[in-house]
Amino acid sequence: MQDLGIRVLFMGNNFARLMEGLWITIRISLIAVALSIVFGILLGMLMTVKNPIIRALTKVYLEFIRIMPQLVLLFLVYFGLTKSFGINLSGEVSAVIVFTLWGTGEMGDLVRGALISIPKHQYESGEAIGLSKWQVYYHIIIPQILTRLVPLAINLTTRMIKTTSLVALIGVVEVLKVAQQIIEANRYTVPDSALWIYGTIFFLYFIACWPISLVAKRLEKRWKTA
Amino acid sequence: MDTEFIVEYIPHYVEAAKLTFRIGLIGIVLSLIVGLVIAFIQYFKIPVLKQIASAYIELSRNTPLLVQLFFLYFGLPKAGICISSEGCAIIGLCFLGGSYMAEAFRSGIESVEKGQEESALALGFKKRQVVGYIILPQALSVSIPALCANMIFLIKETSVFSVVALADLMYVAKDLIGLYYKTDEALLMLVVSYLIILLPISIVAAVLERRLRYAGFGN
Repeated sequence: MQDLGIRVLFMGNNFARLMEGLWITIRISLIAVALSIVFGILLGMLMTVKNPIIRALTKVYLEFIRIMPQLVLLFLVYFGLTKSFGINLSGEVSAVIVFTLWGTGEMGDLVRGALISIPKHQYESGEAIGLSKWQVYYHIIIPQILTRLVPLAINLTTRMIKTTSLVALIGVVEVLKVAQQIIEANRYTVPDSALWIYGTIFFLYFIACWPISLVAKRLEKRWKTA
Repeated sequence: MDTEFIVEYIPHYVEAAKLTFRIGLIGIVLSLIVGLVIAFIQYFKIPVLKQIASAYIELSRNTPLLVQLFFLYFGLPKAGICISSEGCAIIGLCFLGGSYMAEAFRSGIESVEKGQEESALALGFKKRQVVGYIILPQALSVSIPALCANMIFLIKETSVFSVVALADLMYVAKDLIGLYYKTDEALLMLVVSYLIILLPISIVAAVLERRLRYAGFGN
């Protein structure tokens, strides 16, 4: 009988280790998403401010973050900060910082888009009937932009999970690194393990992201009319 | 900052940028083709192919390029399929980009009102003519902003190609950091190279988007 490489998955605690590795990427992305939503809402509100200096600054920030590949940003924080400023961050912390910076930019732009999509007369009518600025946001604007933002924020989560796979390249031991370790350890006993292990990771990512994308798509469809 | 070092190693970056650019370009063109084909499969609702297409879209949109590349480059050779680094990079980019482009085309096609298609059919157009003369021209102009965003996205994604042993910009930067410990210089040149490649594309995309909005198609 042909020796199947997939058995390497079930040797020892290999599968559990892979899942642990996957959890590390997911944890990094969840922390980064949570922070990005908070900062993104602030950035989005800043971007609708009329002050030209704030506008220019936020615009430059957004463009830079969007144009630079995330891997370059990771390198800048992980290698650059250490060398130039002597700040020694672990791979995971730099990853959280970078993905928060990136997520804030993306989320900020989404919030800005949602805010300017609300017609101006709604702000004005709200104030005309005597609501304070805060009440206008709380009772009128936020409920309306939430339905638009939630699916997009969920989508951002899947993008974040996918992009965090890059942290393997700055030395964080996540699912790809664990996979490499397992493959190296079994190089002689199971020579074709690479095919199976990498195939498994492919599907692990798919299983992690697909349900989230489906939820986002469904919510988007349901709330479209709102 | 060591300017002599920077000047000395600029040619390395130029070489790497050329590689990034070439693979990015091939990948973009191929994924545009794949995307268009898939969008049409979905539009015409061709039975079996339609299911395959949507499975492909879900699979490629929900997995990271890095993992796809690892599978192509390190996994497949164990099954007897050996692909060169460049081949892997192009296949990976095309696999990833195809689905994004397909979605962009699809949203463009969906934005053309059903009534137009029905009127055209009522006027005696053939299905193929409806697509060629009525749907595609409008759909394309609607999907251009999304297509441009995807192009920028794909070029950014080329930054992971160093893992399949392609000497791209990331690879050169990592090399210089490792060999000479010139982290600042290497990273600065890295950022500048990506800005030089991507900023013009981003600006052209923004201009194009604004122009297209003015075009309008009589709504």
